[in-house]
Amino acid sequence: MLRVEKLKVGDLPPLTFEVAASECLSVEGPSGSGKTRLLRAIADLDDAEGYVFLDGVERRELAAPEWRRRVRYFAAEPGWWAATARDHFPSDVDPARLDRLLDALGLGAGLLDQPIGQLSTGERLRMALVRGLIDEPRVLLLDEPTGALDAQSRALVDELIRFQLLAGRIVLLVSHNAAEIDRLAHQRLQLKALAPRPAVPEQPLRDGSAAR
Amino acid sequence: MTYVPLTWIDLAAAAVLIVFNGALSWALRLGLERSIALASVRMVVQLGAVGFVLKFIFEQTSPLLTAAMALVMVAVAGHEVLARQETRIGGWMAYGIGTGTLFFVGLVATIYSMIVIIGPEPWYAPRYVLPILGMVLGNTLTGVSLVLNTITQTAKRERAAIEARLALGETRFGATSSVVVHGVKTGLMPILNAMAATGLVTLPGMMTGQILAGIDPVEAAKYQIMIMFVIAASTAFGVMLAAIGGAWLITDARHRLRVAALGLV
Repeated sequence: MLRVEKLKVGDLPPLTFEVAASECLSVEGPSGSGKTRLLRAIADLDDAEGYVFLDGVERRELAAPEWRRRVRYFAAEPGWWAATARDHFPSDVDPARLDRLLDALGLGAGLLDQPIGQLSTGERLRMALVRGLIDEPRVLLLDEPTGALDAQSRALVDELIRFQLLAGRIVLLVSHNAAEIDRLAHQRLQLKALAPRPAVPEQPLRDGSAAR
Repeated sequence: MTYVPLTWIDLAAAAVLIVFNGALSWALRLGLERSIALASVRMVVQLGAVGFVLKFIFEQTSPLLTAAMALVMVAVAGHEVLARQETRIGGWMAYGIGTGTLFFVGLVATIYSMIVIIGPEPWYAPRYVLPILGMVLGNTLTGVSLVLNTITQTAKRERAAIEARLALGETRFGATSSVVVHGVKTGLMPILNAMAATGLVTLPGMMTGQILAGIDPVEAAKYQIMIMFVIAASTAFGVMLAAIGGAWLITDARHRLRVAALGLV
């Protein structure tokens, strides 16, 4: 079980919540409300006051790399540092497992040896999922995993998330796709700033065609 | 072997050249007279002062005085490393890495040169210690500035890649390894180029000085070869030390990229 206790992220009030094994929590809120910062803080990529426990172990009790091998952050825009996708995997990777994951996300094995820049945005996003799942982390912090994907790929990613949940993983999902959230989430967390920023008061729309 | 000392009149004759430049600037309305005059006066005052200070220190041959002068040189060089950074991070930490590297490299290279290579009597003779240290510091400073600047600038550009590696469970040194290697290569470029081109394009300043002072050119070349080895090795050593320091500087103890210190948030 993942337990977040009094975690202080940005302008948000201290957050406390739990997500059990095989459960998916949808993290929701407008742009800039701190969804990404919350996921990064849980992965200990940003410093934050408060506690995060995985099965009773607080993040600071482990070396940070060890924590991140269990609690994995998947960025909305994944980063790459080597020439081909294959260069990003450990050399002792289990080839059968790699093939299964690639296949599950509709990626041809040939993509592994192409220059990473030649993959499409959607292919890179799915390749990053394969890379992040290959060593079986316990907690998946998914930041818009289907943001840049077409309907077909999105269905494959949703299916993979569901499979990960069945295998007992814990999932925190940031998504702008309401249907996806409805299908996957068991719980929802709405992020609201402590003191809302002074903003232009909302005008009621006179007619439905007005775009903002 | 003759050495022709310069008289004050000789210096005045040399100054006539720059005065002519000033006049040209005035005639062509380039507006550079002030800058030329200021730079010339600064040059004369600084070199004159250094001449008298060195003369004083050389006459004393005091280990304490020599060490004090060496420390001043290291402190100024360390400050210069910081001044050459596009992104200032971690205040004293960056200064500590730059100055600490220069201090350590300067100390090791100078003592090795004195005791093992040159062997003057006494070994701390300031006439040998200070010029060697100066050349070691000047070159190492360039390398250290370059490697630190390259590491911070590359890390800013490659943030997504570094954080992707951290998120996958790599350590701060693993995740920044490609940035560090790039920094080391950049930091070593000038000294490697200098070694390859030396003597063909320009004669190194020290060798020129020795030849003008009446030393046999072959002897001057031997000295220059020795100096080149010492400064190239010192620079390489300093660059590698500073690179490790740089990786340490841009990350924190919890293996996070210091995005705020790098000015990324």
